[in-house]
Amino acid sequence: MATATLAPAPRVNPIQGLRQTLTLAWRTLVQVRHNPFELLDFSIQPIMFLLLFTFVFGGAIYGSPGDYLTFALPGIIVMNMVFVTMYVGLGLNTDLTKGVFDRLRSLPIARWAPLTGRITADLVKQAWSVALLLGVGMILGFRVGTNAMAVFAALALLLVFALAFSWISVLVGVIAKDPEKVQVFSFTALFPLTFVSNVFVPTETMPGWLQAFVKVNPVTILSEATRGLLVGGPVARPVAGSLLWAAIIVGVFAPIAVWAFRRRV
Amino acid sequence: MNHAIWAEGLVRRFGETTALAGVDLAVRTGSVLGLLGPNGAGKTTAVRVLATLLQPDGGHATVGGYDVVKQAHQVRQLIGLTGQFASVDENLTGVENLVLIGRLLGIPKVDAKRRGRELLTEFRIDDAADRAVKTYSGGMRRRLDLAASLVGRPQVLFLDEPTTGLDPVGRVELWDLVRSMVAGGVTVLLTTQYLDEADQLADEIAVIDHGRVIATGTPDELKAKTGAQTLALRPADPADLATVVTIVGELTTSEPETTNGTVMVPITDPAVMPAAVRRLDDAGVTLSELELRRSSLDEVFLSLTGHRTEES
Repeated sequence: MATATLAPAPRVNPIQGLRQTLTLAWRTLVQVRHNPFELLDFSIQPIMFLLLFTFVFGGAIYGSPGDYLTFALPGIIVMNMVFVTMYVGLGLNTDLTKGVFDRLRSLPIARWAPLTGRITADLVKQAWSVALLLGVGMILGFRVGTNAMAVFAALALLLVFALAFSWISVLVGVIAKDPEKVQVFSFTALFPLTFVSNVFVPTETMPGWLQAFVKVNPVTILSEATRGLLVGGPVARPVAGSLLWAAIIVGVFAPIAVWAFRRRV
Repeated sequence: MNHAIWAEGLVRRFGETTALAGVDLAVRTGSVLGLLGPNGAGKTTAVRVLATLLQPDGGHATVGGYDVVKQAHQVRQLIGLTGQFASVDENLTGVENLVLIGRLLGIPKVDAKRRGRELLTEFRIDDAADRAVKTYSGGMRRRLDLAASLVGRPQVLFLDEPTTGLDPVGRVELWDLVRSMVAGGVTVLLTTQYLDEADQLADEIAVIDHGRVIATGTPDELKAKTGAQTLALRPADPADLATVVTIVGELTTSEPETTNGTVMVPITDPAVMPAAVRRLDDAGVTLSELELRRSSLDEVFLSLTGHRTEES
């Protein structure tokens, strides 16, 4: 408000940038209140998956729903994380096509704040989804086989991976013509990526040529890491593999996304 | 500072198309410039460059004395932007939208809320303050858009086609709001496709076509230059068209144009009409239609550029 009388500041300081990030994250989360369908999307949908797979397929795949839950829950958490990441791109695209983004860019705020604001909000949604799935899973009989530290490590790993994966979402959000295209992409690219993994069934049950893909699929590796941290079993290798994948995804997609972004705006 | 907005030789290309082909603009502090032109003339691109959303490929511009490229951050602290492209968030309420902007501008939460409510009352959307914007009518959205650009008390306001899509009542309401802002000392750059809108609000008009400013002046100067009114004559017998063109052509400086059996010509001197009627009567030509009306943008364009606006 003081801008009318004081000489304008030459640049944003980083503290202001962080505050703007939080304000924009607040905005993204408040939106959910006026758009309850989105809340259903990242709350009811994962629970449906969980119930469906545990009780419909669990017995057939694993002999008993209870054992299957232990196997599948960590993977379902990973799968859901990948899907929730798409909200970054979806929201970004909506802002770009509806003109909200131009309004934000005309304000004296940090250039990166609209993006970091979205991603911060996304992390809150991610944490909520993980907690929800874990909670419902435990009501259904899932038991953590490790300790609290390992559970936090799993959450941290998931969030790191979500951050990395957000860059793919940003890229899609920037190049897609409208929000519907972002959704089409999520379905056509993310369904195979998440299903052709060992989220729902053990890798050994698949044909050899498919196993080759499943074994390198980041969703598989991250699911194994999450399984190790929540249930028990090997941890070091899949965690290292997950972090490597996260680094590769950032290394490839962040520069392309930023380039595409600069071209679009 | 004499000029709140100053642009010199602005060039901007998008691939093969040249949106701005060397635009010069000067808007005196506290005045209103109407940037008038058809769709695709470069109006929005010009506003986007001046509002720091687009980098020009050539030329330079200052807003409030600050360079829009090198001192973009300073410029952003002085401006407000409303238009077809800079919008509010549909999934927030009216008051949330204004609080969001206030918070981003560094206004403390309580003050941002107060300022938001204040603006909503002033713009008569206080009844809908706590409803999501997607439930708003077109007019309410435009008013909220305008309110959103005023949260930071800007010195320079860009309004990109502020009334496009509004009904006549909504237009007049918005005009009143713009006038009250101007009374508060804000400099306004307004783009429009409507001559009457520029006429109503602007101290000066710049006519833009194909990325170039082709005429500038006060509304009166421009009308004097282009013909404020158009005379339309339709002979009862189409065979008389040539006679009508000849007679009217002798009375005016502009070249009459014939479309669908009607002869039209922009005129500046009101005496032309009775003179034309007299001489046509002498020549024995019967008119089935005779009309003197305000020039449309299309006709202003025609007389300025020699071509019609492409859209219409």
